[in-house]
Formats: sequence, structure tokens, C-alpha cells
Amino acid sequence: MKKPLEIGVLALQGDFAAHAAALGRVGGCRIREVRRAGELAPLDGLILPGGESTTLAKLLRDFDLWEPLGDFAGQGKAIFGTCAGLILMAEEVLQPAQASLGLLPVSVVRNAYGRQVDSFVVPGRVIIPPDLPSREVLDAESAGASSETDSRVEDGRRASFPAEFVFIRAPRIAETREGVEILAKHDDSPVLVRKGALLGASFHPELPGDSGVMRLFLALVRHVRRTAGVAR
Amino acid sequence: MKTGSLRVKTGLAEMLKGGVVMDVTNAEQAKIAEDAGAVAVMALERVPADIRKEGGVARMADPRKIKEIMEIVSIPVMAKCRIGHFSEARILEALGVDFIDESEVLTPADEHYHVDKFAFKVPFVCGCRNLGEALRRIGEGAALIRTKGEAGSGDIVEAVRHMRAVTGGIRELTQLRPEQLMTKAKELGAPYEIVRWVAQEGRLPVPNFSAGGVATPADAALMMQLGAESVFVGSGVFKSNDPAPRAAAIVKAVTFHEDPAMLAQLSEGLGEAMRGIDVGKLDESELLQTRGW
Repeated sequence: MKKPLEIGVLALQGDFAAHAAALGRVGGCRIREVRRAGELAPLDGLILPGGESTTLAKLLRDFDLWEPLGDFAGQGKAIFGTCAGLILMAEEVLQPAQASLGLLPVSVVRNAYGRQVDSFVVPGRVIIPPDLPSREVLDAESAGASSETDSRVEDGRRASFPAEFVFIRAPRIAETREGVEILAKHDDSPVLVRKGALLGASFHPELPGDSGVMRLFLALVRHVRRTAGVAR
Repeated sequence: MKTGSLRVKTGLAEMLKGGVVMDVTNAEQAKIAEDAGAVAVMALERVPADIRKEGGVARMADPRKIKEIMEIVSIPVMAKCRIGHFSEARILEALGVDFIDESEVLTPADEHYHVDKFAFKVPFVCGCRNLGEALRRIGEGAALIRTKGEAGSGDIVEAVRHMRAVTGGIRELTQLRPEQLMTKAKELGAPYEIVRWVAQEGRLPVPNFSAGGVATPADAALMMQLGAESVFVGSGVFKSNDPAPRAAAIVKAVTFHEDPAMLAQLSEGLGEAMRGIDVGKLDESELLQTRGW
């Protein structure tokens, strides 16, 4: 696959620059800031970044991006929502209830881990979905160093990798519905979920030094491009 | 599980980028700000224009008022404490505010020392007029810097001066050879390690926002183009004659600060902006920006 991936980052508000920098560290993709519906067409995948979900929702509506984002997902293109981005993707938003794109069949409760003084960092583990090639997700270092990881794959168990979860006034995924895979948990709640080409995190994978979750997203985008819109 | 680290503190500042933080004095204004798309609200007793007009000692807001504002909005709530007033800061932290502004808009409590911000779980934002002042505050643990401007004036000239001083100072640092950095740190009155970091990276280690004088969408766009990553709007919204549409227009102007056609559309028919004061006509003793060091 010679053509680099085209990844958009919604740049209406929030830490879109941090997402672009995190993607840049992984490499293998061209990154575009997206502020208008017309900028979606050439993209293989899109990130809905962290920020304030009320602000983002208002701007999405005022600048006519609401339906085009639904269409983008409808075409089977990959979308990754982190924190506020996950809130936008969720089917149901609680505390307070607010309108969302409704792409991902999950319920999220806003600020359910507390206010800023309760924001925290915690180590965790992320499972690589079996349909994604784990060698694309694991960096050379961890893949080479950990024969344990390799044997897990051979055992037919699922490969995984360690990651740092940064929670900032985070939403809690209270419920997952049909077809949603849980890729990581903290404190008994899902924190990283996937359905087809859609990925959602309640934490901030763009902030830590490790790049595993961003790598996972790019592997998902590549997978979706390979299967050309079949994955849904 | 680690709370209160500098990473989660600057992390929240990252989330506020590309947005507008609005001064509000009651729950009703807070709701208007949230509906207009503010990324956070700053809870205070009086907006800077009124503090300037009415005089007297300006202090932390009444906790009841702050709680009312926290209850009505879902976005982060900031509040101001006086420079050096760590007791007010502890009270604000206990209330659970999301950010504390150690602010020159309030009457300083200490003429020598700012608050030790590392001692708190809640992140702090501090004002600055130049790079040295910014780096001193970061050295004390500030998770976010805002240029001071001249609060309550509605005049953008000081915000511009301070932003140019900070970004120009950063550019200058990147041009220096390593052996020059210690002398530069001495001149700036700033911590050497941070000076070295800034010289290498070409930016501040924490986000850099703008404050003090933003009254129109064009003002907000100007500050974004000069290097601000978000803007604080104090008196500019609720001292104008039609706050809600002006607030919404300033939010959009920050997002589309590089699109003049869009800015033209956003600036149309907003009614009268706050009257404001020409900062050049103010006496030195009337300036708020000279508070703190």
C-alpha cells in the first residue's frame, strides 16, 4: 500500500493540534485539519478530538457538518472520537442529556469521573481486535521485546499492549449495545470501544508519550480501506 | 492512579484550545455563555470594567455564586483569586472549580510572592506581559498562561503588545547559542531549565491564551493570528448591548480566524460593542496589568 492514508482531524475547537502531532509521531499518514463539509471527501479516516462537547456540537450544527459526518460514517469510513469526540459519536448522552451524532451504540455519562481536580492518569491494557493485524499495531520495540505477545497470538488468545490512559473531566461509557467490542476497561467500565470502522475512547490517547492507540486507529483505517467499505 | 499532575493540568488547558472563555457574574450569564459556545466560564463578582469604574478592593467571588454557576453549566468553571492569596485559592479548590486564575484584575494580596501553584491539584492560569513573566509563572506551576492585556478597557492594544512580546521573546530565544542561555535567563528573570526548553522547542511548555481587551470578533481573530491558542473575553460580552449574538460570533471568529470572508459575515449587525476606554489616556496608576511581577 504505497498511497499514504489521508486522516482528517476536526479542527473546530479542542486539542486538534495534539492529535495531529500524535499521528505525526506514528507516521504513514497525511494529516488535514477539517472545518468544512467539503473537506471530508478525500479522507480515509477522521478524528473527532477532545475539547468541549457542547461547543463542538454547536459548531457542527452552525457550520452544517452534522449530516455530512453521518454520511461519512455511513460510507463505512473510519472515525475515532476521543473524550468530547466520543460524546459526539455516542447514541445517548446523559448528565446533561444532549444531542449527538448517534453513530456508536453506547451511552455515555458526561463528567462522570468528576471535575478537573479528579482528572487522573492510570496504566492499562488495550486488546487488539482479531481482524486487525497486530504487527501493524505493536511498534517494533514491544513486538520484538515481548515474546509473550507473540505467544498470545499463537495461542489464539488476543494480542494486547500496555497504554497509559489520561482522563480529563472524562465521560464514562455506561452502556454498550449491539456489536460493540470493548478493547479496554478501567474500573469495570469500558474506556475504548469499537464497532466496525468506529472507535471511541473516553481517555486521551493523543496526550501520553506512547502511541499504541493511535497506531491501532491507523491499522483500523488501513483495514477499512483494504476491505473498501465492507466493514460497517 | 495519579491526580493533580502537571499532565492532567495542562491537559485540560489543551482541551480549551481554539475556544473562548467568558467572564460571567451569575448563573443566567453563565447559561448564555454556554449556549453561545464558550469552552469555559470565569465566575466573578464584577466584570473588570465595573471593578475599574467602582473601585474598592476586588476579591474572590462569593462561593454561593460560584456554586450556582457550577450547577447550571456542564462546561469547566474557572474563578479568580487575588495574586498571592493562597487561602482564597484553597477555598476555590475546595469548591471544585476547574481552573483558578491568579489574576491582576483583583486587588493583589501579596506584592512579593505569587501562589505556589505546584501545591494544588487544581490547575492555575496566570497573566503575563512578556516572556520573563510567563516563564516565572510556569516556574511556579501555572498550567496555562494568558497575556494580560488591559482588563476592562475594551482596547486591544495592550493584549497585542503582550502577545508580541511573548512570541517575539520566544523567537529570539531560538536564535541564541547554548552558552548565551544562562545570561538570557538572568536578564529575563526566568528559570534556566525552562528557558533552555523554550529555546529548543520554540514554544511555551504550556498553552498560551490571550486576555484583556477583546471586544469584537475581529479582536479575537487578531489575537489568534498573533499566536494565541484561545481567548478570554471579560467585559467584552456582557458590557455590549446584545451579549448572546456577540458571544456566539466571537466563538466562531476564533475557529475561523484565518477566513476574512467568514469574519466579515460574523461581524455584521452585532449592535454596539462595549464603549471601552482608550488605554493611552489612562494614568499609569489606573493600569491593572502592572500588578504582579
